[in-house]
Amino acid sequence: MNRYPLWLYAVIAVVLAVGFLYSVPNLFPESPAIQVSSGKAAHKVDDALKERVQGTLKSSGIAVEEAILDATGLKLRFADTETQIKAKDLVQTTLGEDYTVALNLLSSAPRWMGAIGARPMYLGLDLRGGVHFLLQVDMKGALTKSLDGLASTIRSALRGEEGARAASVSREGQELVLRFKEVPNRERALPIVEKTAGDLLWQRREAGAEYLLVGTLRPEAEKRTRDFAIQQNLATLRKRVNELGVAEPIVQQAGLDRIVVQLPGVQDTARAKDIIGRTATLEFRMVEAHASDPNARDYDPAKIAAALQGNIPFGMELHYGPSRGGEREPLLLSKQVIITGDRLTDASPSFDSQSGEPIVRVTLDGVGSRLMTSTTREAVKRRMAVLLIEKGKPEVITAPVIQSELGGTFQITGRMDTREANDLALLLRAGALAAPMEFVEERTVGPSLGKENIERGFRAMWIGFTLVAVFMILYYSMFGVISVAALGFNLMLLVALLSMLQATLTLPGIAAIALTLGMAIDANVLINERIREELRQGITPQLAISAGYDRAWATILDSNITTLIAGVALFLFGSGPVRGFAVVHCLGILTSMFSAVAVSRAIVNLTFGRRKKVDRLPIGNVDWHKRGPVAA
Amino acid sequence: MEFFRIRRDINFMKYAAIFNAISLLVFLLAVFFLISRGLHLGVEFTGGTVMELGYGKAADLGQVRAVLEKLGMPDATVQSFGTAQNVLIRLPARAGVSGEKMTEDVFAALTVADPSVRKLRVDFVGSQVGKELVENGAIALLMVSVLIVLYLWVRFEWKFGLAAIIANLHDVVIILGFFAFFQWEFSLPVLAAVLAVLGYSVNESVVVFDRIRENVRKMRKALLPDIINNAITRTMSRTIITHGCTQLMVLAILWRGGEPLFYFALALTIGILFGIYSSVLVASPLLIYFRVSREDLIKPERPKQEAVV
Repeated sequence: MNRYPLWLYAVIAVVLAVGFLYSVPNLFPESPAIQVSSGKAAHKVDDALKERVQGTLKSSGIAVEEAILDATGLKLRFADTETQIKAKDLVQTTLGEDYTVALNLLSSAPRWMGAIGARPMYLGLDLRGGVHFLLQVDMKGALTKSLDGLASTIRSALRGEEGARAASVSREGQELVLRFKEVPNRERALPIVEKTAGDLLWQRREAGAEYLLVGTLRPEAEKRTRDFAIQQNLATLRKRVNELGVAEPIVQQAGLDRIVVQLPGVQDTARAKDIIGRTATLEFRMVEAHASDPNARDYDPAKIAAALQGNIPFGMELHYGPSRGGEREPLLLSKQVIITGDRLTDASPSFDSQSGEPIVRVTLDGVGSRLMTSTTREAVKRRMAVLLIEKGKPEVITAPVIQSELGGTFQITGRMDTREANDLALLLRAGALAAPMEFVEERTVGPSLGKENIERGFRAMWIGFTLVAVFMILYYSMFGVISVAALGFNLMLLVALLSMLQATLTLPGIAAIALTLGMAIDANVLINERIREELRQGITPQLAISAGYDRAWATILDSNITTLIAGVALFLFGSGPVRGFAVVHCLGILTSMFSAVAVSRAIVNLTFGRRKKVDRLPIGNVDWHKRGPVAA
Repeated sequence: MEFFRIRRDINFMKYAAIFNAISLLVFLLAVFFLISRGLHLGVEFTGGTVMELGYGKAADLGQVRAVLEKLGMPDATVQSFGTAQNVLIRLPARAGVSGEKMTEDVFAALTVADPSVRKLRVDFVGSQVGKELVENGAIALLMVSVLIVLYLWVRFEWKFGLAAIIANLHDVVIILGFFAFFQWEFSLPVLAAVLAVLGYSVNESVVVFDRIRENVRKMRKALLPDIINNAITRTMSRTIITHGCTQLMVLAILWRGGEPLFYFALALTIGILFGIYSSVLVASPLLIYFRVSREDLIKPERPKQEAVV
């Protein structure tokens, strides 16, 4: 009766073995490392670079413990933090701006463990430090951007009105200027303009032969724009951070125009900064002149040559196209933006069906598609440039010839590799920033406090574990030993599970481990008490074990499910450290049910189940009642 | 070893009225302190000022803490930031004192203590996120309560669910009451502890309820109070030992877990102590008030049981 079938023992043994394997990496200390990566495809991180970096370090007498080259970059492990920082400075100066060198932590567990996915637990910001960014939102940029948007709205509103057509609509500084040839046109335009752009305060002005309408942002609209800009940027940053796959990130407003981004556990600052800091806005603009394709319209080498001399026509800008064989094509682009990235509803990386080249497939919203259609209808065989503006630096990704009228869905091609296509799609999808941002501070949170917290947390846990173990063994003797063994396996499985899932372990998470262990012992207490009770009823030991486990099971299940409910709700609605706590708590409940019931039963079965005759169970004193009446 | 050698059922229900009076009193006191004093919310909930200071040499965090304590800001957190020379101080927002004034005072006092200190950055933490955290905490509390009632309803009967949740919300309010009375800092980990207690003490009620249900089936002639007395007496050993073990762990955290976990462990301690009390002596009498009947529990199995009996 107290025997498990062989397969069940096998399952338990396998689970415990896997648990052991995946929890072991946590015993290896993490050592300081640096990570070299590159944002541009032109600068490859490859074996040649690895040799170069290693050579540089060697000639300066810095010992590298291990050098690993993988998909995310080159990682070099060092003996201590001092060497790590020295190496970082050296490598950064040697490689220059083209590469990013970041401080990192690397587990010193054997490589084969990493290869099978056995990695140490993922520690949160409070335990290992992490990245802290402070970003400054450029409010002036937000205001001009919103004025630019209004300008294009007014342009399309006046386009349909015959008698109210403006000669030009442009933003001049922080003002929007509408120029008219005749007074009646201006008077007819005014109500339309006031209706479409109510956020602006309009004034009539005369300038030479022109009649102007000058709009400035109302104070309340300006405040709204500022608020919107920061909210929009926060939302965008949150999305980007989420796309980075960081656990428990903090993205919050600091002061009026700054945003704090904290990425716990992230030591790979390079990529984080790259994704977060890319204030990518996408602009679609017409090419006014180019000198490369005689078949396309606006082929005008003379104009380009003049522009290269610094003679750029009014309303145009000189940009350079993507590099082809080391040469960048000069292009004259209209200053007028057809649409911006705000109009994007989706962007996904894909492959061109004919050439097989990586592309980004873009979908526009209603307004965007309409604008795109009406602009491209009259522009077949002209070229349109896709301009990506990062950190204020515009870059033409591609400038294809418009083959036919474009609609709401089209694709961006260019010389991209798969990763670039992915990154571009990610940036576009994650949304545009309402205002450009700049890093004013970037810091790695000091791990000193983190180390202290880890030590304290785990010391507390071991003290608690020891106290519980001593008590259980004294109180339940042999069954206490079995319970403690089950509890130990529980800890091992929980750590293994946390390592496997790479769930973030925070300080409250460590507390949750301790708390879960304290609560997990409940199942064994229930079982042991039940067995004692059965023994008191005068049942044979073997029967008592079986009845004890069976009857306690219903109670264990019930009580664990209610605890699990609390844990899940905590996870769903909690944030930050609470979430870390909830994850550990929930997982701990699951592992404790397994170890307290299945594992301890297996040990009991192996110990007592095979004996022909068991006279007494070593579960402490149960005979006291024989000297008097028993509770019913 | 065996601590509980109880030979006869203890008549807990006889004193139900007294226990309920005590509970009500403590509960009302907790509510009173919550209203009159309010919770001392941590920086993450309220927003506050963050100062970053740079020292000429490695900063003496103990000294900075001592200075802040002298200024009447013992709730300020001090940690090293970036390098050993940099110190990050978080000052919770305080009514009546502007953030600027506070940072000036702190900086002046720190300059006296160590003239090499420099102000690197002073920032204000917005309260936007704090509001969100408070809201989410409240939603979590509500969700946990509703789901537990639903589960116990399905597993037992709605009266049991209601009794358990009243008993356990009573614990939660009392924990909050303690935090309000002593003005301990209510931080995110404390919130986690409070919610964990909610799930944990329901545990306790479930164990007793399980026994009550079992007894209802076995002790067919007994009255409800006797059934409950027997259930409580028989599970008491397990209750005390289980909670004792959990408390051992919590004590270890309280003792050695360091400052960040101190109030977390404190909240758990209060929660565990009141959890035992309320599950046994609040939830069970409530069952009597709700007039739980034999039919409430054995309804689904009635045809089968009657066929046997």
